[in-house]
Amino acid sequence: MTDWPLLSLTTFLPLVGALFILAIRGEPQVVARNARNVALLTSVATFIVSLFVLGNFDAASAEMQLKESTTWLPGTNIAYTMGVDGISVWFVLLSTFLTPICILSSIGAVETRVKEYMVSFLVLETMMVGMFCALDMVLFYVFFEGVLIPMFIIIGVWGGARRVYAAFKFFLYTLAGSVLMLIALLAMYFQADTTDIPTLMAHSFPQGMQLWLWLAFFASFAVKVPMWPVHTWLPDAHVEAPTAGSVILAGVLLKMGAYGFLRFSVPMFPFASEYFTPLVYTLSIVAVIYTSLVALVQEDMKKLIAYSSVAHMGFVTIGIFSMTPQGVEGAIFQMLSHGVVSGALFLCVGVVYDRMHTREISRYGGLAQRMPKYALVFMIMTMASVGLPGTSGFVGEFLVLLGVFQVNTWVALFAATGLVLGAAYMLYLYRRVVFGKITRDDLKAILDLSPREVAMFAPLIAIVIWMGVYPPTFLDPMHASVAKLIDNFELARAAADGLSVAAR
Amino acid sequence: MLYVAAIFLPLLGSIVAGLFGRFIGDRGAQVVTCLLLGISAVCGAVIFKQVAIDHNTVTIPLMTWIQSGTMDVGWALKFDTLTAVMVVVVTWVSFMVHVYSVGYMSHDPSVPRFMSYLSLFTFAMLMLVTADNLVQLFFGWEGVGVASYLLIGFWYEKPSASAAAIKAFIVNRVGDFGFALGIFGIYFLFDSVTFDAIFAAAPGKVGATVSFFGIEWDALTICCLLLFVGAMGKSAQLGLHTWLPDAMEGPTPVSALIHAATMVTAGVFMVARMSPLFEFSDTALMVVTLVGAATAFFAATVGCVQNDIKRIIAYSTCSQLGYMFFAIGVSAYQAAIFHLMTHAFFKALLFLGAGSVIHAMSDEQDIRRMGGIWKHVKVTWALMWIGSLALAGIPFFAGYYSKDTILEAAFAAHSNVGLLAYALGVGAAFLTAFYSWRLLILTFHGKPRADEHVMAHVHESPAVMILPLMVLAAGALFSGWLGYDMFVGHDQQQFWGASILNIDAHKTMENLHHIPGWVAILPTVVAVSGIVLAYILYAVAPSIPAMLARSFNGVYLFLLNKWYFDELYDYLFVKPAFKLGRGFWQGGDGALIDGVGPDGVAAATREIARKVGRLQSGFLYHYAFAMLIGVAAFVTWYMFNAR
Repeated sequence: MTDWPLLSLTTFLPLVGALFILAIRGEPQVVARNARNVALLTSVATFIVSLFVLGNFDAASAEMQLKESTTWLPGTNIAYTMGVDGISVWFVLLSTFLTPICILSSIGAVETRVKEYMVSFLVLETMMVGMFCALDMVLFYVFFEGVLIPMFIIIGVWGGARRVYAAFKFFLYTLAGSVLMLIALLAMYFQADTTDIPTLMAHSFPQGMQLWLWLAFFASFAVKVPMWPVHTWLPDAHVEAPTAGSVILAGVLLKMGAYGFLRFSVPMFPFASEYFTPLVYTLSIVAVIYTSLVALVQEDMKKLIAYSSVAHMGFVTIGIFSMTPQGVEGAIFQMLSHGVVSGALFLCVGVVYDRMHTREISRYGGLAQRMPKYALVFMIMTMASVGLPGTSGFVGEFLVLLGVFQVNTWVALFAATGLVLGAAYMLYLYRRVVFGKITRDDLKAILDLSPREVAMFAPLIAIVIWMGVYPPTFLDPMHASVAKLIDNFELARAAADGLSVAAR
Repeated sequence: MLYVAAIFLPLLGSIVAGLFGRFIGDRGAQVVTCLLLGISAVCGAVIFKQVAIDHNTVTIPLMTWIQSGTMDVGWALKFDTLTAVMVVVVTWVSFMVHVYSVGYMSHDPSVPRFMSYLSLFTFAMLMLVTADNLVQLFFGWEGVGVASYLLIGFWYEKPSASAAAIKAFIVNRVGDFGFALGIFGIYFLFDSVTFDAIFAAAPGKVGATVSFFGIEWDALTICCLLLFVGAMGKSAQLGLHTWLPDAMEGPTPVSALIHAATMVTAGVFMVARMSPLFEFSDTALMVVTLVGAATAFFAATVGCVQNDIKRIIAYSTCSQLGYMFFAIGVSAYQAAIFHLMTHAFFKALLFLGAGSVIHAMSDEQDIRRMGGIWKHVKVTWALMWIGSLALAGIPFFAGYYSKDTILEAAFAAHSNVGLLAYALGVGAAFLTAFYSWRLLILTFHGKPRADEHVMAHVHESPAVMILPLMVLAAGALFSGWLGYDMFVGHDQQQFWGASILNIDAHKTMENLHHIPGWVAILPTVVAVSGIVLAYILYAVAPSIPAMLARSFNGVYLFLLNKWYFDELYDYLFVKPAFKLGRGFWQGGDGALIDGVGPDGVAAATREIARKVGRLQSGFLYHYAFAMLIGVAAFVTWYMFNAR
């Protein structure tokens, strides 16, 4: 099994499924049903293949593993290179894990253009997985940008009332950043004469150049994370996107920015990363406090969770730039946890949206009475979002704060206010939606979770508890890669210090 | 195995009742949870025997939890004397409350959910007390917080219950914020979060300084203070106490179990557990003493004027927790835990008794509309008397032993804060006796003030509710007398072993046996006078209280409104948070970022395009004119540059 091109298989299997769906012809209803089934099967198969990736992954090694390489653009040294380390392997799994759940959630929710919808999702999956596996800068860029296209279409076609505005805002914001990144990629190519990411990680760029390159990458990644103040596309995109779109957006797309920091900014530009750490800290703290307060006053369920995502991602960026083992591992863990938890929360919103066709918080209340199962699921996810020990949310937040406390107590102090504020806005949401008396007539007939919805939530709950109670499953494979990342960073920093001493 | 079972059986019960409640029915859920908790309680007793009496301290590692860098935390169960005392108290009180709930909640539509929450709480509390590291303690800590949140908001249809639930969780989170920072600080200092490692290294860190938040601190002091903030939140100490009275919105068995006997004492337990750290920081101990003494007194003053039967007892709890803290502050940890244990019995008794009264009075909670019912509920009445006598510290009831020990310890500390704590504690003892008898007299004696309809229904509670009360009453009668020698008497060193540290400089636990006679007698004297005063005011001359309230209206309102803490916090934190949020949202995100950013750029692009579009008029002479101007400009520029 090991000599199979597992990563390419994981990446392009969904694309094969998409081609199958395109070939389906016949009655609209038959097409829709077949498209759903094919999409579901393909995504589940992809998930199973990705489990083999994990199975063949050697947790003790910090090297890029399961590497594949073929020439791609003849005449240049740009190649098709794939590989995963202890960091990216988890994001591959996160993508393949969430996609089937998304497709499951769309059954019943999406009735128009089902075929195209399923194709978009499968293409999206290919792009996401490809991006996390790519070990060539150009290949990375292609996937990184490629993700935008299906997402743009998903929001723009199956979205809510203001979907076109949201889709354009999303596209322009993210594209604006990407343009700068493209320039930076070119500059790096001319400087280092390679596009191979592991080689670039070992290459040391001149310090002055690092600052510019770092800023160019930052422009792109910060939008994706999103960091304050370039986060305003997120609430709009979430609110207008269909449920499954929100799940992928929050679950995987937001992780691309932070993954970029881990893959490019920190290992390739250590000097600049250290130089700009205060900037990142400041923006992240603002994100945590500011967006938490904004989340508190939201009247739209999806917007509230969207803002909470910004706050949670603030923890992630803090963790990455703390450059301590706990901080970085906590950040990665937090990303995985947030991917699952916020995805589940968006699904929770989707469940009631499918029934009531509104996301306005004040239209709800007292759901616990009619929907006990839903209340339980929502409660577990709320608690995970709040960071209750025993759920996945705690481990990430705790490690990040623990890590950053070792290097900067102020940052830990301010970021820890997120513990209080996070509890405030989530519980306030929960109270308004689930607690209280049912007063509206249309709510009195609302139905509890269907078996399909239970099947959708069950794996999410299992993983949230698993991650909270026995995180070593997820942390152990990270150790080697994170240690290497930090060691290289420290080495580069020591070298830079030596350099500046010599220059004096 | 038995040790593990004691902890995890309640979790099992909770899962069964919670997930399968619909299949096994109300009765099934009750039987399962009570049975499992009963087994757990028996195991708890065995553990107490083996660990505390026979001194077999054990730690059972279960599995790793979080491992990252040098940070390594495992799931483990640590049993020493301190834990054993807590385990036996928690399992037994919880068992009694489970049984009581069978009767009390019998008319409720969601019995399985209630039983499930109760068992979940018990599990979390047991995890808390058996933790062998700070992070697992934090797990239990937050776990009991959630269970408390769920139980306070159990009747989720009542807006006040939901509000109280959120308030409890968030105020506790404020405390946890400090607790978490304390854990980070300790890890920073010791490179570990397991108790054994911390305690072994603590003496070596005396006098070390660290710079946190831009200030140079004594290392141990700042860590202790941060941890204490967490304890203040959980144990409702002055400043973070506001959630406890509101928590009475929950069903009464919850108030008894969580908000009197167990969860709120978690803070006391935590500080006692950390005694090897606190002992080395006199500053931290002083803060603990002051906060404890202030709370004891403050809560007692408020308790004197409240009218809701459960709120009076809630403030009483708050006040008693203050006692425990100032005992800790003067290094009398043993006395604090002793009081924790006796208090668990008599306070649970009082709450469940109050529940029985409420049950009898058709859900009436205002003592102004009770009175004269003692003949109808004789057993409850007698049990409430026992509980009150124990609470007031009347000789030979449980509270007498533990509370007097605390006051004696405060005096024996021979420090200024110790004396202050003694004075405030004696004052609070007077008030305690006063409000307890105010409650008893207004509830049970005098003329009935309820309407006839309610009075006709007054009835004694069923046996399933009375029996647990009897067990607790036995605790309130005998636990002080039985435990005195072990906990604080001459067997104490042997009993506690290594679970609590007293450094040689702090000899309070020895000194308290050598104090002047009047110091020991004074608390009893003031307690009796408190009772007498209550008798005069409410039984002999009931017109006086109203007159007093009128003539000292300011003071009365100040007390009735609980020193205006809620209003202050609302004004300082809650309202500004919402206002800021709205401002950030509409001003920051909407007007500023979007206005200048995407929307602004889009609008500007459109505007420029429109203006540029206007230039293209289609008239040839316009273009020719523009061209000429351009040529002229270029020529001029060229001429100037050529020079």
